[in-house]
Amino acid sequence: MTQHSRRRLLFGGAAIGTGVLLAACTSNEQQTPTEAQTKAADGGGNAEPGKQVTIGFSAPAADHGWIAAITNNAKAQAGAYSDVEFKTVEAGADAAAQRAALSTLISQKPDVIVLLPHDGKELNSFGLEAMQAGIPVVNLDRAFPDAKAYRLQIKGDNYGMGVAAATFIVEQLKAKGVSNPVIAEIAGIDSLELTQERTQGFNDTLAQHGFKVANRRAAEFTVDSGQREASQLLQALPKIDAIWNHDDDQGIGVLAAFSQANRSEFFMVGGAGSKKAMEDIQADNTVLKATVTYSPSMASSAISLARLIGQDRGMSDLVELQVPKEIVLASETITKENASNYLKLGF
Amino acid sequence: MTDSPPTTKLPAQSPPVDPAETEAAGHRAAAAPAGAGRLSWWHGDGGEGAKRNLALIGVLLVLFVIGAATRSDLYANPDWVWANMLSILKLASVVGVVTVGMTFVIIGGGIDLSVGAIVALAGVWCTTVATQSFGAGGMIFTAIVVGIAVGLVNGALIAYGRLVPFIATLAMLVAARGLAAEISDKQTQISQSSVINGIASNDLLGIPLLVYILALVVAGGWVLLNRTTFGRRTVAVGGNPEAARLAGINVKRHTLLLYALSGLCCGIAAIMLTAQATSAQAAMANLYELDAIAAVIIGGTLLSGGRGTIIGSLLGVIIFATITNLFAINGLSTEAQNMVKGGIIVAAVLIQQIQFGSLSQFFRRNRMTTS
Repeated sequence: MTQHSRRRLLFGGAAIGTGVLLAACTSNEQQTPTEAQTKAADGGGNAEPGKQVTIGFSAPAADHGWIAAITNNAKAQAGAYSDVEFKTVEAGADAAAQRAALSTLISQKPDVIVLLPHDGKELNSFGLEAMQAGIPVVNLDRAFPDAKAYRLQIKGDNYGMGVAAATFIVEQLKAKGVSNPVIAEIAGIDSLELTQERTQGFNDTLAQHGFKVANRRAAEFTVDSGQREASQLLQALPKIDAIWNHDDDQGIGVLAAFSQANRSEFFMVGGAGSKKAMEDIQADNTVLKATVTYSPSMASSAISLARLIGQDRGMSDLVELQVPKEIVLASETITKENASNYLKLGF
Repeated sequence: MTDSPPTTKLPAQSPPVDPAETEAAGHRAAAAPAGAGRLSWWHGDGGEGAKRNLALIGVLLVLFVIGAATRSDLYANPDWVWANMLSILKLASVVGVVTVGMTFVIIGGGIDLSVGAIVALAGVWCTTVATQSFGAGGMIFTAIVVGIAVGLVNGALIAYGRLVPFIATLAMLVAARGLAAEISDKQTQISQSSVINGIASNDLLGIPLLVYILALVVAGGWVLLNRTTFGRRTVAVGGNPEAARLAGINVKRHTLLLYALSGLCCGIAAIMLTAQATSAQAAMANLYELDAIAAVIIGGTLLSGGRGTIIGSLLGVIIFATITNLFAINGLSTEAQNMVKGGIIVAAVLIQQIQFGSLSQFFRRNRMTTS
């Protein structure tokens, strides 16, 4: 009996000790939200404090780097203004959950709503509803089909990303004098419209130069899916000249697959512009030679513009008295030469 | 599948068999209904799993032939073929380890929907800055303990809290992913440990370490299921929990241990997956629960419990990995691949329902009912 209870005590003690140890192991260095990605709130013009504005914000629950950066940037930018009150609601898992969350937001009567919808088409009717209720809606990145559903639309250029990636690849291959190149593509989640637009831009631009994609695999924007699809792509193509990977976050796994297979006869272009990718490009010690941007800094800009809309002001550098209705960010190409300029925008 | 007549009529027609074989089969046939007579091992009950596994190997051969026919340029190079086989095994390794745990849970009459989430949680937990400061040993320890701990929670909820396994593990699926997102602050955590990352990039005698880990886990699972009391109790608990209880098995404690075992496998898989991706994030191992359950089912394990094989599950995982590989080397879309996977699951379950040897009977009966 004593034997038994002593063993129990021993196990119990070990279990508690392990628990304490594990709990200590959850700590991560606090990721300080991106000072550089917010616009400093001093220096005259639009930055001068105006009337108090309440901005409601909703974006899907982040499960990967880019969306997390969107939410963090929006929060940080709102914090930089003394005249902005920031109210955020979690958008939940799907369009229906986001709609429910948004209706609680409306009841709090914000001056402006900034919204990254799960799906622009599904939340179009919400945009219409809010606009009719007199609350201007700023659509972030995922377009509403109906122009009446938003006051401002600010988004990245998915088609342009494909164009920029293909342009870089064509330039490099022509400079090397490769006549019949093997070009591969690792896409993100294939059912998303943005993935199809990126691929479309990539294919169109390659076709202009008589090139085409030899093999294309779709990953899921996660590191492990990137690794999985890249390793299979390498099996399919014993020799590759260039690869475009749509997303730098999944690119961590893609690069891991290359080094695990000891393959480096090609060069790769990334997408989105994560900090890790920019550092890799700058260090120039992997096959990653460039990335085309799709910067989450657009969330900071959306908050700045939402504030101006709420205060009934225009952009001080433009002649117009009101903020424009549509802004599409250009997709820029980051290479070793200019990486240092962009590093502060990396997420 | 085969044309053999119903087993009960067999003795009259069966040709003379090797006495040693009949001797061995005699033990197995002893449980058959009286009057069944002596059966050869092949036609008896014991051959059931082996026959199904042979059918799965047949499927693998067919897939190989399809690959060779569609990409004859690649298959002409033996070096490439060998490298491709290793690539398929590496692809199967992580899900394979998860599937071994899942096989035990399903044979034991349960189901574990939380495996993907446990892999993600263990992966994220073992790659935090604090854990990585303890080195590779600390990371492996953390992943395995987190896996077991989550498995124990599942098991306790099911065995002692009397929750339905489907619901308890569904809740854990959601909760564990939430905790993983909370710990990682939704960021991708990069593994700095060269020892951990080396698990995925290093070979031993030309075979990747990941394949050795899979082989060890499968071998361990096979021994545990077929050669230990724990394995027999698992089959008993899954087949008839009430009878198992009356036979003196502590069914609750056994159920608890089964889910802990599944959690342990998830912890091992988390290390392997983190090594492969050289990083971890809350969204990783997405839908592994479905991959593992599908592999278990086409491997011939009864979803209602009480019967199943580790080798069948392993073959199931390898078949799915081979299909992924086949579609990749032919440059076909992921959608088409998923449709084929779905078709294979349905076909496997249909064959399981019909059972080997009774196919002709099935058709005869059908003809009678439809006419």
